[in-house]
Amino acid sequence: MTTPAIRTEDLRKEFGDKAAVKGLTLQVEQGEVFGFLGPNGAGKTTSIKMLLGLVAPTSGTAYLLGAPIGDRASLARVGFLPEHFRFQEWLTAHEFLELHGELFGMTTSDLNHRCDELLERVGLAEFRNKQLRTFSKGMLQRIGLVQALMNRPALVFLDEPTSGLDPVGRRLVRDIIHELREEGTSVFLNSHLLSEIEVTCDRVAFIKHGEVIRVMEMSALNQNISMLTIRASGLTPEVVSALRQWGDDLRLDSDHLTMTIRGETDLPAINRFLVAQNAQVYAFTPNRLSLEEIFIETLGQDGVQ
Amino acid sequence: MKTIWTLARMTFREAIRRRIVLTGLVLGLIFLAVFSVGFHFVYTSASAEIPTAPEAIDNLMKNEFVNMIMLAGLYAVTFLSAAMGALLGADTISGEIISGTIQTVVSKPIRRSDVILGKWLGFAILLAGYAFLMSGGTVLSVWLLSGYTPHNILTGVALIFLESLLIMTISLACSSFLSGLATGSVVFGMYGLSFIGGWVEQIGSVLQNDTAVQVGIVTSLLIPSESLWRRAAFEMQSPISAAIGMSPFGTISVPSPLMIGYAIIYLVLTLMAAISTFNHRDL
Repeated sequence: MTTPAIRTEDLRKEFGDKAAVKGLTLQVEQGEVFGFLGPNGAGKTTSIKMLLGLVAPTSGTAYLLGAPIGDRASLARVGFLPEHFRFQEWLTAHEFLELHGELFGMTTSDLNHRCDELLERVGLAEFRNKQLRTFSKGMLQRIGLVQALMNRPALVFLDEPTSGLDPVGRRLVRDIIHELREEGTSVFLNSHLLSEIEVTCDRVAFIKHGEVIRVMEMSALNQNISMLTIRASGLTPEVVSALRQWGDDLRLDSDHLTMTIRGETDLPAINRFLVAQNAQVYAFTPNRLSLEEIFIETLGQDGVQ
Repeated sequence: MKTIWTLARMTFREAIRRRIVLTGLVLGLIFLAVFSVGFHFVYTSASAEIPTAPEAIDNLMKNEFVNMIMLAGLYAVTFLSAAMGALLGADTISGEIISGTIQTVVSKPIRRSDVILGKWLGFAILLAGYAFLMSGGTVLSVWLLSGYTPHNILTGVALIFLESLLIMTISLACSSFLSGLATGSVVFGMYGLSFIGGWVEQIGSVLQNDTAVQVGIVTSLLIPSESLWRRAAFEMQSPISAAIGMSPFGTISVPSPLMIGYAIIYLVLTLMAAISTFNHRDL
């Protein structure tokens, strides 16, 4: 069994008499892209900061790559892009990456090689010797991402990596996350953009008031079929009424029928039934719940931003 | 050690890129220019006023006079260096916590103490440059215009630098738990306290009032910055002005070498306190 990338047990942080994180217990496997979802103020950023040793937990334990949090050898294999990242803007792009590479303990030649490679990857190669103060918000976010990847990390924390990015930039971040997964890097992704989480993550945790409410495999999302839309002719009242055995809320509008169903497993039976009843089926579309619907269902309306 | 040096270089680079060094140099040069012009006129008119005195006495008087003006200049340099130290340290840690730049630094595989020591070293190099250029410039301008050089220049200048280093260290330590503005208020308040304590001790010494001297010593123990200046002035002042007594920029109640040792220990402990506070701080 491989060591988990992250393991926490009942991690808790109090600020004064207010608990920002009540008791976080979760495990992220190596090579996994893990989404961390929850409303603002749910303790997501505080949790990440505890894992990185920036904030001391009040109680509980946590391990990064098998070592207790704060262990320098494991931090050398971790990358981090903080939320609302501000920069040493008086540095040039190369100097900025040189600083962070040196702090990672990289050698000069490795650092220079990696710097050029990554600047090329995010399309900033020509800005290598420009001061960061001249960069746009999107360029800064990209250079911040490069900073987090300098040391070829085994685990990367990305706190709202796409905030402030245009669609092209967001696409770039998504592609980089995919590449990281292919390379076997674990990614811990904190994002408000559910559509992004939906396409990038293997698993997600929903957290509220600093506790994990639910952990879900994203592949389960595809099995979580709840609606079926059928376009067919020959949907007689008898056929419609017989369909009720598989679901509720049947609604027929000329040749369009929608119904809620219990799950994906019933789909073949419904299809067979329609064919047997001589209905002419033009479309048979199962719809799954979106992550947004699950988010609201899990965390309640107050979770919507 | 490598990390400390990396961060010191970065601190240094920041000071250059954010034009802190440039502003310091320009204002420093303006100061030196004003001092030199002022000194030139005062010196020429003073030289002209005692034409009848025998040459030996004339020279003696001139030296006393020149020494006093030079110490006045160095006193201003000490204040400017201390203020530079206070300003460099004030916003550094607190500012980086507010902007968040500290997060990507501290989450690297480094010790938190490296951050404090790196910044301290960077600022120390800057202050050394500033204090030596400014006090060196003052002494040089006096020498060029009058041919006078004081005793123990190096010891004196080193003590002026040590004072600015002490103030910067206190500022850095406060900045690890206070905001930049609060740090500035505390440090300048302490500097003022030390200043007034020094004068109370001097005047008390002249009036032979032991209580006033004790008050001065206690403030020197609370913050020994002013006593470093008084030791520097003692090192550089002419023996006669020490014998005559009170001179505004010379010194009567001389801090002992023990006080210098105390100031160094004070500095080291303050730096350790800064590290300890920063180690336990949530960022």
